[in-house]
Amino acid sequence: MKLKELPIEVEPLSGAMPAFRASIAAAGVREVCVQARARKARLVALWGSDETRRGAGYALHLALAFPSGLLWLRAPLERGDPRYPGIADIYPAANRMQRAYADLVGIRPEDGADARKWLRHGAWPEDAYPLRKDFDTSLRHGQKPDRYPFVAVAGEGVHEIPVGPVHAGTIEPGHFRFSIVGEKILRLEERLGYKHKGIEKRFEAMTLEEGAKLAGRVSGDSTVAYAWAYAMAVEGATGIEPPQRALAIRGILLELERIANHLGDLGYLGNDVALSFGFAQFWRLKEELLRLNARLFGHRYLMDAIVPGGVARDLPRAEAEDLVRALEGMRREVETLQSIYEEHAGAQDRFIMTGQVLPELAERLGLNGFAGRASGVKRDLRVDYPVPPYQQLDPRMISHTRGDVAARVLVRFEELFESMRLIGALVQELPPGEIRLPLAKAGSGASGVGWVEGWRGEVLVALEADGNRIHRLHPHDPSWQNWPLLEHAVHGNIVPDFPLINKSFNLSYSGTDL
Amino acid sequence: MYQLLKQIAKTGIVTEPAPPPDEGLRAAAQRLGEVILGHFGRALAIRHVDAGSCNGCELEIHAMNSPFNNPEQLGIRFVASPRHADLLLVTGPVSRNMETALRRTWEATPDPKLVVAIGDCGCTGGIFGESYASCGRVSNVIPVDVAVPGCPPTPTAILQGILTAVSSGRQRP
Repeated sequence: MKLKELPIEVEPLSGAMPAFRASIAAAGVREVCVQARARKARLVALWGSDETRRGAGYALHLALAFPSGLLWLRAPLERGDPRYPGIADIYPAANRMQRAYADLVGIRPEDGADARKWLRHGAWPEDAYPLRKDFDTSLRHGQKPDRYPFVAVAGEGVHEIPVGPVHAGTIEPGHFRFSIVGEKILRLEERLGYKHKGIEKRFEAMTLEEGAKLAGRVSGDSTVAYAWAYAMAVEGATGIEPPQRALAIRGILLELERIANHLGDLGYLGNDVALSFGFAQFWRLKEELLRLNARLFGHRYLMDAIVPGGVARDLPRAEAEDLVRALEGMRREVETLQSIYEEHAGAQDRFIMTGQVLPELAERLGLNGFAGRASGVKRDLRVDYPVPPYQQLDPRMISHTRGDVAARVLVRFEELFESMRLIGALVQELPPGEIRLPLAKAGSGASGVGWVEGWRGEVLVALEADGNRIHRLHPHDPSWQNWPLLEHAVHGNIVPDFPLINKSFNLSYSGTDL
Repeated sequence: MYQLLKQIAKTGIVTEPAPPPDEGLRAAAQRLGEVILGHFGRALAIRHVDAGSCNGCELEIHAMNSPFNNPEQLGIRFVASPRHADLLLVTGPVSRNMETALRRTWEATPDPKLVVAIGDCGCTGGIFGESYASCGRVSNVIPVDVAVPGCPPTPTAILQGILTAVSSGRQRP
């Protein structure tokens, strides 16, 4: 069949979300991307794979989001010379992804592209590529000195502040290089990859069943979104459809994750503007929710609650009603706290016009998730591709156009209330029946995609199976797209506002370092 | 302002009693004497180092600072520099890309110092194990006094690990 938006031959992928696969020549990649960009398609992910054990060379993979669904493009690359025409000028978000898979698979964009390493920090030999199938997994290299060519800013009075990888708070590790004049930030350059712990390689030693647990630990604060995306990919590849009741419970879990994260961050956003009252109040509410999670689903962060085939634990009527009652009490408290935040002159003074990302830039660089919606990028997988359990719920998309910390705070508050409404509606209509189906075996060469609107943004899992085992799996965090926007958001702001701006996005390091 | 004060008064104090130390969490015999432990027990400065976790353990370290556990009432606080710290709270596995940074942070922490490894990955390497990219457990890189398992361990378990690190290990009369 042909894709609705582009004149290329595609093959529909079975699974919950509308998705298509196509194979194209590497020489045609740029042309497809130019046309896709012109039709307002966005880049969801770019990665590479080693196909030498399957009698080919390497492959470049692209995931593009069209209104009709996700297009998974695959371009075979030569074994002896795995190069391809880079697309970072068309989709700027591709820059770090291209560099990451040059480091891991050894596939490289042709001349003119940014050739600096990204995940490679001197911890494995220069000529070794961990995601190649012939990579020696017993290799223990030890970290060698790592010199990264930061862009230097010159001029009178300009100086640098290097921050990290070990940060001053309880935060994941990464390096931020600020070039400043006085207190004002001229430029921020991020250097990430410190948490690279070989997740994608680890998946390749696992069965489809075992992979679920690892998927839930790609980025701990989004464990539900990843576990669902993983389960969706496995279900697509093996051709099973989870029971309706399991899908409704998955919806409840995903919205609980969104509520917990927004509560925690709203508390920290108060803390970062010296309103410690906000921290104490929101973290009290969050703790109550985590304890309720533990009681209802056996885990405070809902880890391992979603499994391929369904969910691990049912939600009986009485417990579901407890949940709705607890959320109703919480909603009233959050309303009070919202009015306190909104009327607090000191907090609003710090929030408004701080860390602004305007809609034009957000759209061009591909800002996604709630941060994108706070900058006028009106996309939400739950709304754009309404598949069960969201189909009948008519989720409301929350958006704003100012793109500052205040807009991100507002979107978070409104999303909290909407998630509480969605949970209420899901509980009301909880279908009867089974919660889990046994896993079928995937055919050789079967593939599947999982695509879920997590609390931070869209999480993609692209899976290629080999019978019951994983041939290649790429988990993609929305932070890949959003990290570069943080570099823009801080322009012209003062250094002491960086923690506030950073927290208003709260991006994942683990999810992008892999 | 009225609404804010009303909310504080309405909330009251939610702090729960601190957990007792648990000798089962100790990974190495107590090296510090009673005098030093007496000081640490009343004014302990902690530097947290994420050496490669999935960020799950960080969520629970944040939660430990919530009003429910309120470690500041016990004299425990988090500091911004290892130079100010008595204890390193380390989550793992230690990625090879963080190996040098972790070692340097440990070296920058003045003696006498304690290390508490947090989570299944910090204790054993967990689901990530040892690989080209992961050194595995924290004790593969720096000496560990107390190891707290869990994926992630609860805030109370983390606080218990910290209190174990500053206890003598002997039964009090």
